[in-house]
Amino acid sequence: MMERFHYDNKIVNAFLMATIVFGIVGMLVGLTVAFQLVLPSWNIHEWLSFGRLRPLHTNAVIFAFVGNGIFAGVYYSLQRLLKTRMFSDMLSWLHFWGWQLIILSAAITLPLGITTSKEYAELEWPIDIAITLVWVVFGINMIGTILKRRERHLYVAIWFYIATWVTVAMLHIVNSFEMPVSLWKSYSWYAGVQDALVQWWYGHNAVAFFLTTPYLGLMYYFLPKAANRPVYSYKLSIIHFWALIFIYIWAGPHHLLYSSLPDWAQSLGTVFSIMLIAPSWGGMLNGLLTLRGAWDRVREDPILKFMVVAVTAYGMSTLEGPLLSTKFFNSLSHFTDWTIAHVHVGGLGWNGFLTFGMIYWLVPRLFGTKLYSKSLANAHFWIGTLGMVFYAVPLYFAGFTQSLMWKQFTPDGYLVYKNFLDTVLQIKYAYWLRGLGGTLYLAGAIMMVYNVWRTVASGKLIANEEAEAMPLVKVETEPEVGYWHRWIERRPVQMLVLSFVLVAIGGVIEMVPTFLVKSNIPTIASVKPYTPLELQGRDIYISEGCYTCHSQMIRPFRSETERYGEYSKAGEFVYDHPFQWGSKRTGPDLHRVGGKYPDSWHFYHMMDPTSMSAGSLMPAYPHMYENTIDTASTAAKIEAMQKLGVPYPEGYAAQANTDLRAQAAAIVESLKKDGIEASAEKDIIALIAYLQRLGTDIKKQDAAPAVAVK
Amino acid sequence: MLKFIKHHLDTIGGVDIYPVIAFVLFFTFFLFMLWYVLTADKRHIHHLEELPFEEDDKPYLIHPEHRTT
Repeated sequence: MMERFHYDNKIVNAFLMATIVFGIVGMLVGLTVAFQLVLPSWNIHEWLSFGRLRPLHTNAVIFAFVGNGIFAGVYYSLQRLLKTRMFSDMLSWLHFWGWQLIILSAAITLPLGITTSKEYAELEWPIDIAITLVWVVFGINMIGTILKRRERHLYVAIWFYIATWVTVAMLHIVNSFEMPVSLWKSYSWYAGVQDALVQWWYGHNAVAFFLTTPYLGLMYYFLPKAANRPVYSYKLSIIHFWALIFIYIWAGPHHLLYSSLPDWAQSLGTVFSIMLIAPSWGGMLNGLLTLRGAWDRVREDPILKFMVVAVTAYGMSTLEGPLLSTKFFNSLSHFTDWTIAHVHVGGLGWNGFLTFGMIYWLVPRLFGTKLYSKSLANAHFWIGTLGMVFYAVPLYFAGFTQSLMWKQFTPDGYLVYKNFLDTVLQIKYAYWLRGLGGTLYLAGAIMMVYNVWRTVASGKLIANEEAEAMPLVKVETEPEVGYWHRWIERRPVQMLVLSFVLVAIGGVIEMVPTFLVKSNIPTIASVKPYTPLELQGRDIYISEGCYTCHSQMIRPFRSETERYGEYSKAGEFVYDHPFQWGSKRTGPDLHRVGGKYPDSWHFYHMMDPTSMSAGSLMPAYPHMYENTIDTASTAAKIEAMQKLGVPYPEGYAAQANTDLRAQAAAIVESLKKDGIEASAEKDIIALIAYLQRLGTDIKKQDAAPAVAVK
Repeated sequence: MLKFIKHHLDTIGGVDIYPVIAFVLFFTFFLFMLWYVLTADKRHIHHLEELPFEEDDKPYLIHPEHRTT
């Protein structure tokens, strides 16, 4: 007896529209920060300065644009692949509104400078908890749907969805361990090297399991649908799935090559990154070969065009990624715009174009009509592709150029470009071109908005789509011995557990040794906790997003030790909750900036960077001279640090503000000598204290060595 | 509470065996998977790959090599 039921299209439509809206918003913010890099005057307000908008851009495109895109695609394909309606309408809408609320809270808190400073995990602890809850709602809804299905076997797309869910849950929870200081402030549970390792294990796998695996699931569903033919090789997709989720989780440390991370962990990251090429390209070829015999249709169908370029971009970035994970390429590419170009090939090409293809395919079907204009969609495709080229190519050149300039020596052994700013001004043209590329890409997306709007207007949402299918019969003859994989294909819960075990093994093995063996992080006796004023200054540094442009990690290259000073040691970061190594040098490294300039230099520089270095692209921070140091929070911050194991003397919280004022007074005194009248209570004083402390502990050791080691 | 995360296995001996265990696990798993895939039943695989399609779409979807009837 056939059972009749209805697919829920309303929820798919809601997620799809959110995808479009937040896509435009995220790209607009991206374009703004792109132009802020060449026009510092665009940093019009403390809430809208580069350091605060850049995290907003990354969060918006990853979690709002791609996130909603994932949910739209999953809610559409899951129902059809399993021949059932979603498990619970209530959970579907709880998921939808919960997610949008999280996005809203991110849009408010990030510009206010409320941030953990861990890239792609910047949201503070109350929002982290909300994300966890909403993710659980999504999980229950998805697993519930799988359990009440009318199709016995789970199509490969669903495996990708399951792996995505379980891995993102693990990554988010582990990386978000933090010690709350107040409602909107917390310190990372981990410090220094450990924090960096956890963060990039998370950061790398956010790319893997938020931007890649769910989209591969979407590819395996929507590409065959759009091409109207089954996937090229289902067998290959099985290998693709298991190899990818097993290997991906290991590769995180490739973000930390040449850093203070233990060498074995760096090598582990490199080896697994190279291995990743195999499953990634297997998947790409599987996608492209699905179109064999249908290439004539690619010429006419904009949807297929978007998907072909998306899959090609996936192939390009997954070849480039492992290359950048080798020490040779990494020593050139790291901290430069090469990385930015790389991620945008993946972001604009793979995620963006697959989303666009999916939108053009879905909207007419959800509204029971035809796409308003195919030629407009074609135009979108071409302008978007052109935008990507204009975005990526100049940034590749910028990356090569700047990296080589950093490393260039005169025959006598001196740096040719001693002034960091020279290497920035050299690539300013590329920043302009990148802005042009971004503008083109956004223009294409706006064309899509119009196209979708007209399409929607010409139809009517089929909120509940009728369908019928045979119910699932309980008993099935056991398959022949040997087909163990069939067993797992019919058991979603076991599939979920096995996926979790696979990714957990990778995570544990990657991190356990660094966490547990003290000898991995040699302690340095002269490294002491930050003073209360420095701690407050550090929180200002974090809140302003300084880490988005400045690293605190001097790699052991002669070109870096010449420029910045002694290379960074793991033991120097043991009190850094959270770590501030950064991932991009739009400005110079700051790890040894302490003591390099007088206090007055920093005072003038933060007020107007061009006054100290002509042509500087850094924003000015006038509000630091008006805002008062938040001394009310000092005691709570010290106590939180103590709970994390930072050895402040017992009861120090009570006297911390006294010490803070004394140190501030000393800085005011030193400024006075240079003819500057400053108030000891302002943020700038705390920031100067922090900057002057950076990287100096190790020098104290040099100055007074050998206090008789017993 | 922190020691719970940070140091409670400080004394663990020979952590270097971890990567070896992991590799062996992965490789064994991979071989099993490869073996399954290479020996899998064609009709079953064919059923799986057509899951995204409705009954009515199917006639012109079937792989040439699967067209037995």
